[in-house]
Amino acid sequence: MSAAIAATMPRAQHRASLRKRLGRVGFSAAVLVLAAIVLLPCIIIVLTAFKPVAEVNAHPPTLAPHHWTLDNFRAIFSDLPFKRLFLNSFLFAGGVTLFALIFDALAAYALARLDFRGNRLLLVVIVASLMIPFQATLIPVYQLVAHLGWVNSIQGMIAPRAADAFGIFFLRQFFISLPRDLDNAARIDGASEFRVFWNIVLPNAMPALLTLGIFTFINNWNDLLWPLVFITDPKLATVTSGLTMLTGPSGIVPFGTMMAGSLVAVAPLAVIFLIVQRRFVESIATTGIK
Amino acid sequence: MLPALVILGAFVFWPMLAALRLSFTESSGFGPSRWVGLANYSTIFHDPKILKTLGITAMYAVMFTPTAIIVALLFALVLTNKALIGRGAFRTALFLPFIVSMAVAAFAWSYLLDPQLGLLNYWLSNVGIHLGNVLQDPRLALPTVVVVAVWKSFGFYMVVFIAGLQQIPEDLYEAARIDGAGRWRRFVYVTVPQLSTTFAFVVVFATIAALQAFDQIYVMTGGGPYRHTQTVVAEIYSQGFKKLDLGLASAISYVLLLITLVLSLVQFRFFGRHEKDVVG
Repeated sequence: MSAAIAATMPRAQHRASLRKRLGRVGFSAAVLVLAAIVLLPCIIIVLTAFKPVAEVNAHPPTLAPHHWTLDNFRAIFSDLPFKRLFLNSFLFAGGVTLFALIFDALAAYALARLDFRGNRLLLVVIVASLMIPFQATLIPVYQLVAHLGWVNSIQGMIAPRAADAFGIFFLRQFFISLPRDLDNAARIDGASEFRVFWNIVLPNAMPALLTLGIFTFINNWNDLLWPLVFITDPKLATVTSGLTMLTGPSGIVPFGTMMAGSLVAVAPLAVIFLIVQRRFVESIATTGIK
Repeated sequence: MLPALVILGAFVFWPMLAALRLSFTESSGFGPSRWVGLANYSTIFHDPKILKTLGITAMYAVMFTPTAIIVALLFALVLTNKALIGRGAFRTALFLPFIVSMAVAAFAWSYLLDPQLGLLNYWLSNVGIHLGNVLQDPRLALPTVVVVAVWKSFGFYMVVFIAGLQQIPEDLYEAARIDGAGRWRRFVYVTVPQLSTTFAFVVVFATIAALQAFDQIYVMTGGGPYRHTQTVVAEIYSQGFKKLDLGLASAISYVLLLITLVLSLVQFRFFGRHEKDVVG
């Protein structure tokens, strides 16, 4: 069928469409090369992680390992309490995500749906606090947690992050966009405010909660400064702060071990991201526009 | 509502006031602190070493913000071009650096740029570009840590731009085409004005991120060589948590806070006005 059409097509037109298709392929190939260059650091992490030490430290350097090995992965578990670091990261990032979602959702719901005095003002204050650099309040936060006797503990790490202004703002925007008729109907039926929130608003807000949750998880998993200043006991470090301990006092960096550690550190995030990437990327995009 | 307010109150608003109070004292975190008035602020503006960290942060922001935005916009334009095969896959792949932690990105770049072991150094030297030890080079160290930051974060801004580009109605381009506008004029007179809200968001967020630069500097240069990459946050870290001068560190934090607030407001103003021009 298509061959028949092609045959009846005037030759010039046929040639033009061929040129167009070649143009597309050429353009796409050029972008592919560009993307590969941009992603070189990611590629180097993966390939170096599987290189034997001699190749990691060889000159001239090579891209891919000649001889693939798992030695670097064994080394991170012997040089660092890596299993423990991994668990800490999960507890810290997971704990923050869980609490922040609950508290942010409650606060956002109150701001979006309940008419109380000072509602607008509170919203303005919360949005303004988005501009406060975390570093500016780092020291008093540290002192406050120290007062609670929570230095060098997972709960001390989690507490200051258990609610955040961005999450409240983000969820409020989403709750506002939900139709009010739904919860009004439930209210007329005599449902309590909490039931309206729990049974009607929350289930409808799942996509927003998912995005915020992943965002919070990634940010905390990757955070360096907070675990670095807050945790002095190496056993309680996170994967991200723990990896910086690999650099010896001499300043010599064991790159092979470090790349293997980095790969393992990124792996859970990459898996989560690849599963939900479409929705995640779309939600970021919409927050950016609003 | 209440728990969130308690947490924000305890860990955001109260610390702000506490930091302000602390900035007027001499304190090491142990024992009582002594009220010193504006002494810490006066130190900041009289110590050339600390003043220089402000200059370095400004340089960093001036390099980072436009570069990140241009790179992100270029990729967004390429990835929304209908001629490109596999747009979704490219979008996912180019977003990947964003989920990698800055620390990990810094390790990877340190290795690529290592004077002996670095693949990038080796490849570039083969085509006649001899970078040498960029992280020890006073002129190149700062641009290098900026490149790492751009690499790590452009994917996020790119996605925001892609969403902005997809919102632009196709008939605007159609109308411009009928009026005989070429590719470049369509970009300048249709795309750029239509993206003004997106630009406002991206510029403000990129600037805030630039003013807080720390992670990759901690990993790659430790502020060196000779403090050439010592940004404000790196200085807060070393004054507060290495030298335990909490008063001075808090004062520097407050200077950073004020700069951030003023810059954000100015930028919002500027883009807000610009937007009105376009609509009206």
